[in-house]
Amino acid sequence: MTEIRIPAPAVVKGPDAETTTNAPEREVFLPVDARRRTPLRTLRERLRWPLGIYTTPVAILVVWEILARAGVVSKTYAPAPTSIVKSAVDLWQQGVLGPDLAISLQRAGIGLAIGLTVGVVTGVLGGLLRSGEYLFNGLVQVLNTIPLLAVLPLMIVWFGIDELTKVLLISFGAGVPMYLNLFAAIRGVDQRLIEMARTTGAGTWRLVTRVLVPGALPGFLVGLRFSLAYSVLGLVAAETVNADKGLGFLITQGQTYLQTNQVFVGLVIYSLLGLLADQFVRALERVLLRWRPSYEAS
Amino acid sequence: MSSTITTEPRRRTGVVVEQVVRQFGDRRVLDRLDLTIEEEELVILLGPSGCGKSTLLRLLAGLDRPDGGRVEVPARRAIVFQADRLLPWQRVLRNVTLGLHGPDADQRAREVLAEVGLSGREKAWPKELSGGEAQRVSLARALVSEPELVLLDEPFAALDAITRLRMHDLVRALRSKHHAAMLLVTHDVDEAIALADRIVVMSNGRIGSAHTVSLTAADREASVAREELRARLLDDLGLAGQH
Repeated sequence: MTEIRIPAPAVVKGPDAETTTNAPEREVFLPVDARRRTPLRTLRERLRWPLGIYTTPVAILVVWEILARAGVVSKTYAPAPTSIVKSAVDLWQQGVLGPDLAISLQRAGIGLAIGLTVGVVTGVLGGLLRSGEYLFNGLVQVLNTIPLLAVLPLMIVWFGIDELTKVLLISFGAGVPMYLNLFAAIRGVDQRLIEMARTTGAGTWRLVTRVLVPGALPGFLVGLRFSLAYSVLGLVAAETVNADKGLGFLITQGQTYLQTNQVFVGLVIYSLLGLLADQFVRALERVLLRWRPSYEAS
Repeated sequence: MSSTITTEPRRRTGVVVEQVVRQFGDRRVLDRLDLTIEEEELVILLGPSGCGKSTLLRLLAGLDRPDGGRVEVPARRAIVFQADRLLPWQRVLRNVTLGLHGPDADQRAREVLAEVGLSGREKAWPKELSGGEAQRVSLARALVSEPELVLLDEPFAALDAITRLRMHDLVRALRSKHHAAMLLVTHDVDEAIALADRIVVMSNGRIGSAHTVSLTAADREASVAREELRARLLDDLGLAGQH
């Protein structure tokens, strides 16, 4: 996202503002382009946020790299970003990283698919029907109070240490926030619009597809964002506790053999997954919420 | 619904309201109110804020049920609310076709949008419309289903004076094409005189007085008869001597 910085309004003082001290202060607003564009100002504008929201992360990486090269931080604590990239490439070439990443993505994908399906179906039923609300709402509210990580031991007891536990943990993490947000979003659709739709003679199907579903979309996207974040959390938890392959295994192995590089590679990939998920939801928002007059900060 | 005599329709057209009572808690908003609207008649319901105008309109719309009495309205009716109530996530055309079915729905919506002077704006989002344009879309949405009764709840109250005058012209033009009975609720005496076939003034939960308006378009703008009518309406509203 490119941000166009709107500079402070160009204030041109009246000719006698300096001379007469008692004159009431006045402000003159001119078109933004009419101001003098000095080379200094152009440079300053360009330097302000050169990478948008990624300016801060990149700045931290640069400082980190410099500190690591200068030997201020020890290699076993925090290896330089470049050396992390190098280990990632090495691990990939050794044929370790690829399969581990694949198995992690597969777990996350299956878990998300189950969790989102259950969350969306129950959320829609709960939002649209009074009986659906009574059926699901209490249960999900109770589940929501249980921390995701606290369920893990129980799941291991119930489902063993295989894939099933991991997938279910991820779907648990994804399903609960989806239900809660979707339910609230459907119930939150403007009552006056529902009333209006009824008076036009639109049937239940029209009401659901043209009023309730689109009206609940913003809330659905919030739910999706939480679901994706919690599913990564579930993935990390499940893989770190017990796994013989996957990203979590890679990290645990790195920890055991004091391969800090390898730990960082795993962390970086987790964060990239989170970032990708966020960008995905942002893209969806741009397409699906075009109708919304959105607030744009300057 | 029980099939007693009272649920049987008695007329073929128009609106019949008989002895209708509606109360909220202890407050009796409508107190045995009677009102009849003939086919293709434009009745203006005038009254101060909070006198029960909107309550009556909601009863006619079927959005609310009476506590007593009887309301008979055509099944094909439409409402224009005070706020435009457009779906912000649908473009103008889809807002108009909300209650329409059939392959010619889009075509009919286009025609009605042209009638309200919005052809070419079918693809616009509601957020891109001005207040007057948005209210014209909601007018189109009401008319597109060819209703027998159009209920308008202070539809132009939120518009500026110039836009409101344009909307009055539009309503007059639309009446010659769409043959529907209309009930327009307002607290604006001048709006009432500009549009009405008949003006009814509400007071104490009933229709206090009724005035049939048979002035020409020019006389509605300025004439002695207009001023007399205006004075009588203000008197009915308890505002005599203040204007």
